[in-house]
Amino acid sequence: MGFEVLAKGNNAMRLLEGLGVAMRISLISVVISIVLGVILGVLVELKRPFIMAFFRVYLEIVRIMPQMVLLFIVYFGTTKALGLNLSAEAASIIVFSFWGAAEMADLVRGALGGIPVIQYESAASLGLTRIQTYRYVIVPQIVRRMIPLSINLITRMIKTTSLVMMIGIVEVLKVGQQIIEANRKSSPNAAFGIFATVFLLYFLACWPISQLAKYLEKKWEN
Amino acid sequence: METILEIKNISKRYDDITVFEKISLTVKRGEVVVIVGPSGCGKSTLLRCINSLEDIQEGEILLDGVVINPTSKDLSQVREKIGMVFQSYDLFPHLTILQNLMLAPLKVKKADKKETKKEALELLDRVGLLSKKDSYPRQLSGGQKQRVAIVRALMMHPEILLFDEITAALDPEMVKEVLDVVLSLAREGRTMVIVTHEMQFARAAADRMVFIDGATIVEEGDAKEFFDDPKTDRLRKFLRSFSYD
Ligand SMILES: Nc1ncnc2c1ncn2[C@@H]1O[C@H](COP(=O)(O)OP(=O)(O)OP(=O)(O)O)[C@@H](O)[C@H]1O
Ligand SMILES: [Mg+2]
Repeated sequence: MGFEVLAKGNNAMRLLEGLGVAMRISLISVVISIVLGVILGVLVELKRPFIMAFFRVYLEIVRIMPQMVLLFIVYFGTTKALGLNLSAEAASIIVFSFWGAAEMADLVRGALGGIPVIQYESAASLGLTRIQTYRYVIVPQIVRRMIPLSINLITRMIKTTSLVMMIGIVEVLKVGQQIIEANRKSSPNAAFGIFATVFLLYFLACWPISQLAKYLEKKWEN
Repeated sequence: METILEIKNISKRYDDITVFEKISLTVKRGEVVVIVGPSGCGKSTLLRCINSLEDIQEGEILLDGVVINPTSKDLSQVREKIGMVFQSYDLFPHLTILQNLMLAPLKVKKADKKETKKEALELLDRVGLLSKKDSYPRQLSGGQKQRVAIVRALMMHPEILLFDEITAALDPEMVKEVLDVVLSLAREGRTMVIVTHEMQFARAAADRMVFIDGATIVEEGDAKEFFDDPKTDRLRKFLRSFSYD
Protein backbone atom coordinates (compact mmCIF):
# COMPACT_ATOMS: atom_id res chain seq x y z
CA MET A 1 0.00 0.00 0.00
CA GLY A 2 2.99 2.25 0.27
CA PHE A 3 2.79 2.93 3.97
CA GLU A 4 6.03 1.10 4.59
CA VAL A 5 8.09 4.08 3.43
CA LEU A 6 6.94 5.89 6.54
CA ALA A 7 8.92 3.50 8.66
CA LYS A 8 12.06 4.07 6.62
CA GLY A 9 14.72 6.32 8.06
CA ASN A 10 13.23 9.43 9.60
CA ASN A 11 10.48 9.83 7.01
CA ALA A 12 7.63 9.96 9.55
CA MET A 13 9.50 12.53 11.58
CA ARG A 14 10.12 14.63 8.50
CA LEU A 15 6.45 14.60 7.61
CA LEU A 16 5.55 15.75 11.10
CA GLU A 17 8.12 18.50 10.91
CA GLY A 18 6.58 19.53 7.59
CA LEU A 19 3.22 19.70 9.29
CA GLY A 20 4.85 21.81 11.98
CA VAL A 21 6.00 24.34 9.37
CA ALA A 22 2.50 24.49 7.87
CA MET A 23 1.02 25.00 11.33
CA ARG A 24 3.51 27.71 12.21
CA ILE A 25 2.74 29.64 9.05
CA SER A 26 -1.01 29.34 9.55
CA LEU A 27 -0.89 30.17 13.25
CA ILE A 28 1.13 33.34 12.76
CA SER A 29 -1.05 34.39 9.82
CA VAL A 30 -4.24 33.68 11.76
CA VAL A 31 -3.12 35.83 14.67
CA ILE A 32 -2.15 38.69 12.39
CA SER A 33 -5.40 38.31 10.42
CA ILE A 34 -7.53 38.44 13.53
CA VAL A 35 -5.85 41.54 14.90
CA LEU A 36 -5.83 43.43 11.59
CA GLY A 37 -9.25 42.09 10.60
CA VAL A 38 -10.93 43.25 13.79
CA ILE A 39 -9.41 46.71 13.50
CA LEU A 40 -10.32 47.02 9.83
CA GLY A 41 -13.82 45.60 10.36
CA VAL A 42 -14.56 48.17 13.04
CA LEU A 43 -13.19 50.95 10.84
CA VAL A 44 -15.40 49.85 7.95
CA GLU A 45 -18.46 49.80 10.22
CA LEU A 46 -17.85 53.49 10.92
CA LYS A 47 -19.10 53.84 7.35
CA ARG A 48 -16.66 56.49 6.17
CA PRO A 49 -16.96 56.45 2.35
CA PHE A 50 -13.21 56.39 1.76
CA ILE A 51 -12.58 53.44 4.08
CA MET A 52 -15.55 51.58 2.64
CA ALA A 53 -14.36 52.05 -0.95
CA PHE A 54 -10.84 50.99 -0.03
CA PHE A 55 -12.16 47.92 1.74
CA ARG A 56 -14.39 46.90 -1.15
CA VAL A 57 -11.47 46.98 -3.58
CA TYR A 58 -9.21 45.15 -1.14
CA LEU A 59 -11.76 42.40 -0.49
CA GLU A 60 -12.45 42.04 -4.18
CA ILE A 61 -8.74 41.61 -4.97
CA VAL A 62 -8.36 39.01 -2.25
CA ARG A 63 -11.37 37.07 -3.48
CA ILE A 64 -10.58 37.20 -7.17
CA MET A 65 -6.87 36.42 -7.00
CA PRO A 66 -5.95 32.80 -6.39
CA GLN A 67 -3.75 32.59 -3.31
CA MET A 68 -1.06 31.02 -5.42
CA VAL A 69 -0.85 34.03 -7.69
CA LEU A 70 -0.57 36.26 -4.65
CA LEU A 71 2.18 34.03 -3.33
CA PHE A 72 4.12 34.27 -6.57
CA ILE A 73 3.64 38.00 -6.77
CA VAL A 74 4.83 38.60 -3.26
CA TYR A 75 7.66 36.07 -3.24
CA PHE A 76 9.13 36.43 -6.70
CA GLY A 77 7.80 39.92 -7.30
CA THR A 78 9.38 41.48 -4.23
CA THR A 79 12.67 39.65 -4.56
CA LYS A 80 13.00 40.41 -8.28
CA ALA A 81 11.35 43.74 -8.68
CA LEU A 82 12.11 45.38 -5.37
CA GLY A 83 15.35 43.61 -4.75
CA LEU A 84 14.18 42.65 -1.26
CA ASN A 85 15.37 39.38 0.11
CA LEU A 86 12.15 38.05 1.53
CA SER A 87 12.23 34.54 2.92
CA ALA A 88 9.65 32.17 1.51
CA GLU A 89 8.08 31.81 4.92
CA ALA A 90 7.77 35.55 5.42
CA ALA A 91 6.23 35.86 1.95
CA SER A 92 3.63 33.23 2.76
CA ILE A 93 2.79 34.84 6.07
CA ILE A 94 2.29 38.17 4.30
CA VAL A 95 0.01 36.59 1.70
CA PHE A 96 -2.03 34.62 4.19
CA SER A 97 -2.41 37.61 6.47
CA PHE A 98 -3.35 39.82 3.54
CA TRP A 99 -6.05 37.32 2.66
CA GLY A 100 -7.13 36.46 6.21
CA ALA A 101 -7.37 40.07 7.35
CA ALA A 102 -9.76 40.89 4.51
CA GLU A 103 -12.00 37.92 5.23
CA MET A 104 -11.87 38.50 8.95
CA ALA A 105 -12.72 42.18 8.52
CA ASP A 106 -15.69 41.17 6.43
CA LEU A 107 -16.87 38.83 9.20
CA VAL A 108 -16.47 41.54 11.83
CA ARG A 109 -18.28 44.05 9.67
CA GLY A 110 -21.14 41.61 9.12
CA ALA A 111 -21.42 40.74 12.80
CA LEU A 112 -21.33 44.39 13.89
CA GLY A 113 -23.85 45.46 11.28
CA GLY A 114 -26.14 42.61 12.28
CA ILE A 115 -26.66 43.96 15.79
CA PRO A 116 -29.94 45.91 15.76
CA VAL A 117 -29.77 49.57 16.77
CA ILE A 118 -32.37 48.86 19.44
CA GLN A 119 -29.78 46.81 21.33
CA TYR A 120 -27.61 49.91 21.71
CA GLU A 121 -30.62 52.06 22.55
CA SER A 122 -32.15 49.80 25.15
CA ALA A 123 -28.78 49.39 26.83
CA ALA A 124 -28.37 53.16 26.83
CA SER A 125 -31.83 53.71 28.26
CA LEU A 126 -31.00 51.38 31.13
CA GLY A 127 -28.20 53.77 31.99
CA LEU A 128 -25.29 51.73 30.65
CA THR A 129 -22.45 53.91 29.43
CA ARG A 130 -21.09 53.46 25.93
CA ILE A 131 -18.24 51.35 27.17
CA GLN A 132 -20.52 49.20 29.31
CA THR A 133 -22.87 48.77 26.39
CA TYR A 134 -20.05 47.41 24.25
CA ARG A 135 -18.60 45.31 27.01
CA TYR A 136 -21.74 43.61 28.27
CA VAL A 137 -24.17 43.78 25.37
CA ILE A 138 -22.57 44.25 21.96
CA VAL A 139 -19.21 42.49 22.09
CA PRO A 140 -20.55 39.25 23.64
CA GLN A 141 -23.11 39.04 20.86
CA ILE A 142 -20.48 39.71 18.21
CA VAL A 143 -18.09 37.14 19.63
CA ARG A 144 -20.85 34.54 19.59
CA ARG A 145 -21.56 35.27 15.96
CA MET A 146 -17.92 35.51 14.97
CA ILE A 147 -16.24 32.54 16.56
CA PRO A 148 -17.80 29.75 14.49
CA LEU A 149 -17.26 31.74 11.30
CA SER A 150 -13.67 32.62 12.10
CA ILE A 151 -12.85 29.03 12.98
CA ASN A 152 -14.12 28.12 9.56
CA LEU A 153 -11.74 30.67 8.09
CA ILE A 154 -8.87 29.36 10.18
CA THR A 155 -9.31 25.80 8.91
CA ARG A 156 -9.41 27.13 5.37
CA MET A 157 -6.15 28.93 6.03
CA ILE A 158 -4.51 25.82 7.43
CA LYS A 159 -5.53 23.82 4.40
CA THR A 160 -4.32 26.47 2.01
CA THR A 161 -0.83 26.39 3.50
CA SER A 162 -0.29 23.35 1.29
CA LEU A 163 0.24 25.90 -1.47
CA VAL A 164 3.39 27.30 0.04
CA MET A 165 5.44 24.40 -1.25
CA MET A 166 5.09 26.11 -4.61
CA ILE A 167 7.59 28.69 -3.48
CA GLY A 168 9.90 26.11 -2.04
CA ILE A 169 8.83 25.96 1.57
CA VAL A 170 9.33 22.49 2.91
CA GLU A 171 6.02 21.80 4.56
CA VAL A 172 4.14 18.56 4.88
CA LEU A 173 3.05 18.16 1.26
CA LYS A 174 6.53 18.98 -0.04
CA VAL A 175 8.15 16.51 2.34
CA GLY A 176 5.64 13.94 1.12
CA GLN A 177 6.64 14.52 -2.47
CA GLN A 178 10.32 14.31 -1.62
CA ILE A 179 9.77 10.98 0.10
CA ILE A 180 7.82 9.68 -2.88
CA GLU A 181 10.57 10.77 -5.24
CA ALA A 182 13.34 9.26 -3.17
CA ASN A 183 11.56 5.92 -2.96
CA ARG A 184 10.29 5.71 -6.52
CA LYS A 185 12.33 2.54 -7.10
CA SER A 186 12.05 0.71 -3.83
CA SER A 187 8.36 1.36 -3.12
CA PRO A 188 6.44 2.45 -6.21
CA ASN A 189 3.22 2.64 -4.20
CA ALA A 190 4.60 5.25 -1.83
CA ALA A 191 2.41 7.95 -3.39
CA PHE A 192 -0.75 6.44 -2.01
CA GLY A 193 0.62 5.84 1.47
CA ILE A 194 2.18 9.26 1.71
CA PHE A 195 -0.78 11.22 0.41
CA ALA A 196 -3.12 9.25 2.64
CA THR A 197 -0.90 10.15 5.58
CA VAL A 198 -0.77 13.81 4.56
CA PHE A 199 -4.54 13.78 4.28
CA LEU A 200 -4.78 12.28 7.73
CA LEU A 201 -2.41 14.90 9.17
CA TYR A 202 -4.43 17.78 7.75
CA PHE A 203 -7.58 16.13 8.96
CA LEU A 204 -6.16 15.75 12.47
CA ALA A 205 -5.18 19.42 12.46
CA CYS A 206 -8.50 20.77 11.22
CA TRP A 207 -11.08 18.36 12.57
CA PRO A 208 -10.88 19.31 16.28
CA ILE A 209 -11.09 22.97 15.30
CA SER A 210 -14.21 22.53 13.20
CA GLN A 211 -15.78 20.35 15.92
CA LEU A 212 -15.18 23.18 18.36
CA ALA A 213 -16.87 25.55 15.93
CA LYS A 214 -19.91 23.29 15.71
CA TYR A 215 -20.08 22.95 19.46
CA LEU A 216 -19.92 26.72 20.02
CA GLU A 217 -22.43 27.38 17.30
CA LYS A 218 -24.89 25.06 18.99
CA LYS A 219 -24.22 26.42 22.41
CA TRP A 220 -24.74 30.02 21.37
CA GLU A 221 -27.56 29.76 18.89
CA ASN A 222 -30.07 32.52 19.43
CA MET B 1 -48.09 67.57 43.30
CA GLU B 2 -44.45 67.95 42.34
CA THR B 3 -43.43 68.08 38.71
CA ILE B 4 -41.12 65.31 37.51
CA LEU B 5 -40.85 65.98 33.83
CA GLU B 6 -41.07 69.30 32.15
CA ILE B 7 -40.95 69.65 28.39
CA LYS B 8 -40.63 73.29 27.42
CA ASN B 9 -41.31 74.47 23.90
CA ILE B 10 -39.29 71.79 22.17
CA SER B 11 -38.99 71.53 18.41
CA LYS B 12 -37.66 68.57 16.50
CA ARG B 13 -36.61 68.61 12.86
CA TYR B 14 -34.98 66.19 10.48
CA ASP B 15 -33.39 68.14 7.64
CA ASP B 16 -36.54 69.35 5.93
CA ILE B 17 -39.25 67.64 8.00
CA THR B 18 -40.54 69.24 11.16
CA VAL B 19 -41.68 66.45 13.44
CA PHE B 20 -43.01 68.82 16.08
CA GLU B 21 -42.91 72.51 16.73
CA LYS B 22 -42.79 74.10 20.18
CA ILE B 23 -44.42 71.31 22.14
CA SER B 24 -44.78 71.68 25.92
CA LEU B 25 -45.87 69.02 28.36
CA THR B 26 -45.59 68.61 32.11
CA VAL B 27 -45.82 65.35 33.99
CA LYS B 28 -46.37 65.27 37.73
CA ARG B 29 -45.35 62.54 40.14
CA GLY B 30 -47.74 59.61 40.00
CA GLU B 31 -49.42 60.81 36.87
CA VAL B 32 -50.17 58.58 33.89
CA VAL B 33 -50.11 60.51 30.63
CA VAL B 34 -51.25 58.69 27.51
CA ILE B 35 -50.27 60.09 24.13
CA VAL B 36 -52.26 59.22 21.04
CA GLY B 37 -52.18 60.46 17.47
CA PRO B 38 -52.07 59.29 13.88
CA SER B 39 -49.15 57.25 12.66
CA GLY B 40 -46.08 59.34 11.93
CA CYS B 41 -47.16 62.30 14.08
CA GLY B 42 -44.03 62.01 16.19
CA LYS B 43 -45.09 60.08 19.30
CA SER B 44 -42.07 57.80 19.27
CA THR B 45 -39.81 60.72 18.50
CA LEU B 46 -41.16 62.61 21.51
CA LEU B 47 -40.42 59.71 23.87
CA ARG B 48 -36.99 59.30 22.32
CA CYS B 49 -36.27 62.98 22.88
CA ILE B 50 -37.25 62.65 26.54
CA ASN B 51 -34.70 59.89 26.87
CA SER B 52 -32.11 61.85 24.85
CA LEU B 53 -31.94 59.20 22.17
CA GLU B 54 -32.69 62.11 19.81
CA ASP B 55 -31.51 65.68 20.02
CA ILE B 56 -33.88 68.63 19.87
CA GLN B 57 -33.44 71.81 17.91
CA GLU B 58 -35.22 74.16 20.28
CA GLY B 59 -36.50 74.28 23.83
CA GLU B 60 -35.47 72.16 26.79
CA ILE B 61 -36.43 69.07 28.72
CA LEU B 62 -36.06 68.95 32.49
CA LEU B 63 -36.17 65.90 34.69
CA ASP B 64 -36.42 66.77 38.38
CA GLY B 65 -35.52 70.29 37.40
CA VAL B 66 -32.28 69.27 35.66
CA VAL B 67 -31.88 69.89 31.94
CA ILE B 68 -31.24 66.76 29.93
CA ASN B 69 -29.85 66.52 26.41
CA PRO B 70 -27.75 64.06 24.42
CA THR B 71 -24.55 65.93 25.23
CA SER B 72 -25.04 65.95 29.01
CA LYS B 73 -21.97 64.57 30.73
CA ASP B 74 -24.04 62.57 33.20
CA LEU B 75 -26.44 61.24 30.61
CA SER B 76 -26.21 57.69 31.96
CA GLN B 77 -27.23 58.84 35.42
CA VAL B 78 -30.19 60.71 34.00
CA ARG B 79 -31.25 57.72 31.96
CA GLU B 80 -31.18 55.51 35.03
CA LYS B 81 -34.15 57.51 36.25
CA ILE B 82 -36.07 56.97 33.04
CA GLY B 83 -37.31 53.49 32.24
CA MET B 84 -38.14 52.86 28.62
CA VAL B 85 -39.79 49.96 26.82
CA PHE B 86 -39.86 49.92 23.04
CA GLN B 87 -42.26 48.48 20.51
CA SER B 88 -39.77 45.99 19.09
CA TYR B 89 -38.42 43.30 21.37
CA ASP B 90 -35.17 44.48 22.78
CA LEU B 91 -34.09 41.98 25.41
CA PHE B 92 -30.43 41.02 25.26
CA PRO B 93 -30.46 37.71 23.35
CA HIS B 94 -27.24 36.32 24.81
CA LEU B 95 -28.41 36.64 28.42
CA THR B 96 -31.00 34.64 30.32
CA ILE B 97 -34.10 36.40 31.58
CA LEU B 98 -32.64 36.74 35.04
CA GLN B 99 -29.35 38.06 33.64
CA ASN B 100 -31.28 40.54 31.50
CA LEU B 101 -32.96 41.86 34.62
CA MET B 102 -29.82 42.00 36.74
CA LEU B 103 -27.32 43.47 34.25
CA ALA B 104 -28.11 47.15 34.65
CA PRO B 105 -28.66 47.16 38.44
CA LEU B 106 -25.37 45.34 38.98
CA LYS B 107 -23.25 47.23 36.48
CA VAL B 108 -24.81 50.68 36.56
CA LYS B 109 -26.08 50.95 40.12
CA LYS B 110 -23.47 48.56 41.54
CA ALA B 111 -26.32 47.06 43.52
CA ASP B 112 -25.95 44.10 45.86
CA LYS B 113 -26.19 40.86 43.93
CA LYS B 114 -28.35 38.95 46.39
CA GLU B 115 -30.79 41.78 46.85
CA THR B 116 -31.02 42.34 43.11
CA LYS B 117 -31.71 38.71 42.43
CA LYS B 118 -34.38 38.61 45.10
CA GLU B 119 -36.08 41.64 43.62
CA ALA B 120 -35.84 40.27 40.09
CA LEU B 121 -37.48 37.03 41.15
CA GLU B 122 -40.26 38.86 42.99
CA LEU B 123 -41.01 41.03 39.99
CA LEU B 124 -40.90 38.07 37.63
CA ASP B 125 -43.35 36.29 39.87
CA ARG B 126 -45.58 39.30 39.81
CA VAL B 127 -45.82 39.24 36.02
CA GLY B 128 -46.28 35.47 36.07
CA LEU B 129 -42.92 34.55 34.57
CA LEU B 130 -40.96 33.14 37.48
CA SER B 131 -40.63 29.80 35.70
CA LYS B 132 -38.84 31.53 32.81
CA LYS B 133 -36.01 32.95 34.86
CA ASP B 134 -33.35 30.76 33.26
CA SER B 135 -34.78 30.81 29.76
CA TYR B 136 -33.33 32.85 26.93
CA PRO B 137 -35.40 35.56 25.23
CA ARG B 138 -35.79 33.49 22.06
CA GLN B 139 -37.68 30.89 24.10
CA LEU B 140 -40.36 33.41 25.10
CA SER B 141 -43.46 34.60 23.29
CA GLY B 142 -43.77 38.25 22.30
CA GLY B 143 -46.07 39.01 25.20
CA GLN B 144 -43.73 37.34 27.66
CA LYS B 145 -40.78 39.27 26.25
CA GLN B 146 -42.56 42.57 26.69
CA ARG B 147 -43.47 41.72 30.29
CA VAL B 148 -39.80 40.96 30.95
CA ALA B 149 -38.82 44.23 29.25
CA ILE B 150 -41.16 46.09 31.63
CA VAL B 151 -39.64 44.32 34.62
CA ARG B 152 -36.15 45.11 33.32
CA ALA B 153 -37.05 48.80 33.30
CA LEU B 154 -38.55 48.55 36.80
CA MET B 155 -35.38 46.98 38.16
CA MET B 156 -33.66 50.36 37.90
CA HIS B 157 -36.31 52.00 40.13
CA PRO B 158 -36.98 54.69 37.56
CA GLU B 159 -38.84 57.83 38.47
CA ILE B 160 -40.70 57.75 35.23
CA LEU B 161 -41.57 55.05 32.72
CA LEU B 162 -41.88 55.61 28.97
CA PHE B 163 -43.79 52.98 27.00
CA ASP B 164 -43.79 53.26 23.22
CA GLU B 165 -46.55 51.13 21.71
CA ILE B 166 -45.31 48.15 23.61
CA THR B 167 -48.14 45.95 22.34
CA ALA B 168 -48.12 47.04 18.70
CA ALA B 169 -46.00 44.11 17.51
CA LEU B 170 -47.94 41.50 19.50
CA ASP B 171 -50.52 38.98 18.43
CA PRO B 172 -53.94 40.17 19.64
CA GLU B 173 -54.31 37.46 22.25
CA MET B 174 -51.12 38.62 23.97
CA VAL B 175 -51.98 42.28 24.19
CA LYS B 176 -54.04 41.99 27.34
CA GLU B 177 -51.44 40.14 29.42
CA VAL B 178 -49.03 43.01 28.81
CA LEU B 179 -51.51 45.85 29.27
CA ASP B 180 -52.70 44.28 32.53
CA VAL B 181 -49.19 44.67 33.87
CA VAL B 182 -49.11 48.32 32.78
CA LEU B 183 -52.52 48.94 34.36
CA SER B 184 -51.40 47.50 37.65
CA LEU B 185 -48.38 49.82 37.56
CA ALA B 186 -50.70 52.74 36.89
CA ARG B 187 -52.85 51.77 39.87
CA GLU B 188 -49.88 51.62 42.20
CA GLY B 189 -49.09 55.22 41.35
CA ARG B 190 -46.15 54.96 38.97
CA THR B 191 -45.38 57.97 36.83
CA MET B 192 -45.74 56.98 33.20
CA VAL B 193 -45.89 58.38 29.70
CA ILE B 194 -47.54 55.86 27.43
CA VAL B 195 -47.94 55.89 23.67
CA THR B 196 -50.59 53.47 22.48
CA HIS B 197 -53.23 52.75 19.89
CA GLU B 198 -55.34 50.77 22.38
CA MET B 199 -58.08 53.27 23.17
CA GLN B 200 -59.90 51.18 25.77
CA PHE B 201 -56.69 50.69 27.62
CA ALA B 202 -55.86 54.39 27.34
CA ARG B 203 -59.16 55.29 28.89
CA ALA B 204 -58.64 52.85 31.75
CA ALA B 205 -55.06 53.84 32.47
CA ALA B 206 -54.80 57.55 31.77
CA ASP B 207 -55.02 60.39 34.21
CA ARG B 208 -54.46 62.71 31.32
CA MET B 209 -54.73 62.24 27.57
CA VAL B 210 -52.66 64.06 24.97
CA PHE B 211 -53.50 64.14 21.28
CA ILE B 212 -50.69 65.02 18.89
CA ASP B 213 -51.30 65.82 15.25
CA GLY B 214 -49.64 68.04 12.69
CA ALA B 215 -46.53 68.75 14.78
CA THR B 216 -48.43 70.10 17.78
CA ILE B 217 -50.47 69.04 20.76
CA VAL B 218 -53.98 69.54 19.46
CA GLU B 219 -55.88 68.67 22.58
CA GLU B 220 -55.17 67.45 26.08
CA GLY B 221 -57.29 66.84 29.10
CA ASP B 222 -58.53 64.29 31.59
CA ALA B 223 -59.42 60.94 30.14
CA LYS B 224 -63.18 61.04 30.58
CA GLU B 225 -63.64 64.42 28.96
CA PHE B 226 -61.13 63.59 26.22
CA PHE B 227 -63.06 60.56 25.06
CA ASP B 228 -66.62 61.59 25.83
CA ASP B 229 -66.50 65.23 24.95
CA PRO B 230 -63.65 66.05 22.56
CA LYS B 231 -63.30 69.76 21.91
CA THR B 232 -61.64 69.75 18.48
CA ASP B 233 -62.79 68.35 15.18
CA ARG B 234 -59.46 66.72 14.59
CA LEU B 235 -59.69 64.70 17.79
CA ARG B 236 -63.32 63.78 17.09
CA LYS B 237 -62.30 62.52 13.69
CA PHE B 238 -59.33 60.65 15.10
CA LEU B 239 -61.43 58.95 17.78
CA ARG B 240 -64.09 58.01 15.25
CA SER B 241 -61.45 56.14 13.25
CA PHE B 242 -61.31 53.58 16.08
CA SER B 243 -65.01 52.73 16.14
CA TYR B 244 -66.87 50.56 13.71
CA ASP B 245 -70.40 51.92 13.88
N1 LIG C 1 -34.18 59.23 11.56
C1 LIG C 1 -35.16 59.89 10.91
N2 LIG C 1 -34.86 60.64 9.82
C2 LIG C 1 -35.83 61.33 9.18
N3 LIG C 1 -37.13 61.32 9.53
C3 LIG C 1 -37.49 60.60 10.60
C4 LIG C 1 -36.54 59.84 11.35
N4 LIG C 1 -37.19 59.22 12.35
C5 LIG C 1 -38.47 59.56 12.23
N5 LIG C 1 -38.67 60.39 11.19
C6 LIG C 1 -39.94 60.99 10.79
O1 LIG C 1 -40.50 61.64 11.89
C7 LIG C 1 -41.90 61.49 11.91
C8 LIG C 1 -42.36 60.99 13.23
O2 LIG C 1 -41.97 59.65 13.41
P1 LIG C 1 -42.40 58.82 14.69
O3 LIG C 1 -41.79 57.47 14.56
O4 LIG C 1 -42.08 59.59 15.90
O5 LIG C 1 -43.98 58.71 14.53
P2 LIG C 1 -45.02 57.95 15.45
O6 LIG C 1 -46.03 58.92 15.87
O7 LIG C 1 -44.33 57.20 16.52
O8 LIG C 1 -45.67 56.93 14.42
P3 LIG C 1 -46.25 55.45 14.67
O9 LIG C 1 -47.58 55.60 15.30
O10 LIG C 1 -46.35 54.88 13.29
O11 LIG C 1 -45.26 54.75 15.52
C9 LIG C 1 -42.25 60.59 10.74
O12 LIG C 1 -42.72 61.40 9.69
C10 LIG C 1 -40.95 59.95 10.37
O13 LIG C 1 -40.92 59.72 9.00
MG1 LIG D 1 -44.01 55.13 16.91
